[in-house]
Amino acid sequence: MNENNINTQPAILSIENLSIAYDKDKLAVKDVSATIEKNSITAIMGPSGCGKTTLLRAINRMHELYPNISTTGIIKLSNDNIYEMSTIKLRRKIGMVFQRPNPFPTLSIYDNVVAGYKMNDIRLKRSERDEIVETSLKDVTLWDEVKDSLHKKGTFLSGGQQQRLCIARALAFKPDVILLDEPTSALDPVATAKIEDLLVDLKKQYTIVLVTHNMSQAARISDNSMFMYMGELIEYEDTKTMFTNPKDKRTEGYLTGKFG
Amino acid sequence: MEIVNTQTKIKRADIFPDHFGRRKFKNNLFLGAVIFFSLITISFVFLIIGTLVVKGYHQINWAFFTQTPPDTFTAMMAKSSGKIIPGGIINGITGTLYLVAIASLIAIPFGILIGIYLYENSSKRYATFIRDITDVLQGVPSIVVGLIVYLWVVVHITRGYSVLAGSAALAIMMLPLIIRSTEEAMKMIPDTLKEAAIALGTPYYKVVLRVLIPTSFSGIMTGILLAISRIMGETAPLMLTTLGNPAINWNLTKPVSAVPLLIWQFYNDPNMVDLIWSSTLFLMGFVLILNLLAKWIAAKRNL
Repeated sequence: MNENNINTQPAILSIENLSIAYDKDKLAVKDVSATIEKNSITAIMGPSGCGKTTLLRAINRMHELYPNISTTGIIKLSNDNIYEMSTIKLRRKIGMVFQRPNPFPTLSIYDNVVAGYKMNDIRLKRSERDEIVETSLKDVTLWDEVKDSLHKKGTFLSGGQQQRLCIARALAFKPDVILLDEPTSALDPVATAKIEDLLVDLKKQYTIVLVTHNMSQAARISDNSMFMYMGELIEYEDTKTMFTNPKDKRTEGYLTGKFG
Repeated sequence: MEIVNTQTKIKRADIFPDHFGRRKFKNNLFLGAVIFFSLITISFVFLIIGTLVVKGYHQINWAFFTQTPPDTFTAMMAKSSGKIIPGGIINGITGTLYLVAIASLIAIPFGILIGIYLYENSSKRYATFIRDITDVLQGVPSIVVGLIVYLWVVVHITRGYSVLAGSAALAIMMLPLIIRSTEEAMKMIPDTLKEAAIALGTPYYKVVLRVLIPTSFSGIMTGILLAISRIMGETAPLMLTTLGNPAINWNLTKPVSAVPLLIWQFYNDPNMVDLIWSSTLFLMGFVLILNLLAKWIAAKRNL
């Protein structure tokens, strides 16, 4: 594997020799090392079953929800080993957005944004709550569309709006990193474009790691790209270099559509 | 020439050959049969309600909901002078509501907790065992439940027929229904919703309390209402556990009356026959409303 020290910005996450296995012997992620720089968008690409979602979920330890998982290696979030932190604290620092929009159907738009606080019984003053809701929704450019219906159920929104609501929910905790697992694969092109613009905007404040099936999406918005194949990190480059001059044959094959 | 002719002349019969008509006939025959039998089934429901209304409505008045049943002599006098039977079934109504309330207090928390356990550990051997036992419990005849509760509660705990014993019997009958409906309602929740909550750093017990239960609330509620409407008409277990009471009773350790018990008593007293119909109409109406409420809640499910 090539050396993955391509960073120009200070690193916020560093993954060191991470391996993840299902059922003891089925390796989903094989000895991955990489550092992710602050205020950047990092795209993880690769064919289905290459371990990219598992790698992403390992960053906020959501992969531990799967049964019979074993993890070796460490991930550091600005020098703290995340496997020694409590998952509760960790997940507030590293937010996650899923493939399908999943607002809580029983909660209003307003309550969905502050769901993280509500679920954890963190008491906020009304003014603080209002402010979090407003800034989070403005950050995801949803505020103007929903400000008159904040107390309607979140499920009445369109798919793209719901996904932006879910991003706002992740932003409400002011996390350091946001993980997105194919956030636009269930959306139409217009909604996808909106989310992409939004992500580019958000990287000023947050660090974004994104799994995507869509190579042109990675090319459009990411700063750095990882290519994974069969659980291995084959190549990790800044996006321009990877798309114009990939070093590995397999990366080139994938990017030119020969497999994947 | 011959060949060309046969090829160009395509008749309707070629595309829709003879057996098409037969198929259509069979199809209509089957449809007719389905409609016929479903109409018979529906008409039974309406016949039952209709009979109860016709026979029972003239007994239903203010006194019916506020007074206890008359003694058999008063009823006989009223009947022989052509008047309606005085008095009502207030002791049965309050008794039934009391029994159901206590039974729900026992069965709902247990049922929901066990349902959640089954949903969370669906493939564990212990969960499968509990699920099987729950099915067995659902199949236990109500008279058997009554006998067992008689033996345990009536004989040993309250030392006599009591509200507590009756409620215990009804709670046992409610449990399997609530367990299964809770589990089924939770199964409808997409996993992504659970993940969303966990990804917000929510501890697991709060995911259960704040996401799983509220999201499946309508399903759980439907199950509870159906379970209540199911036990409301139970008579056999109550005969062995609460016996009946001519007056209103709120004491947990004393016997209480219930609408189905009163119906049975009226049935055994030729002078009280008219009260059977009004009591049955009341019971039927109550159960019907609960059922409709359950259906309405289920339809409003917002998943």
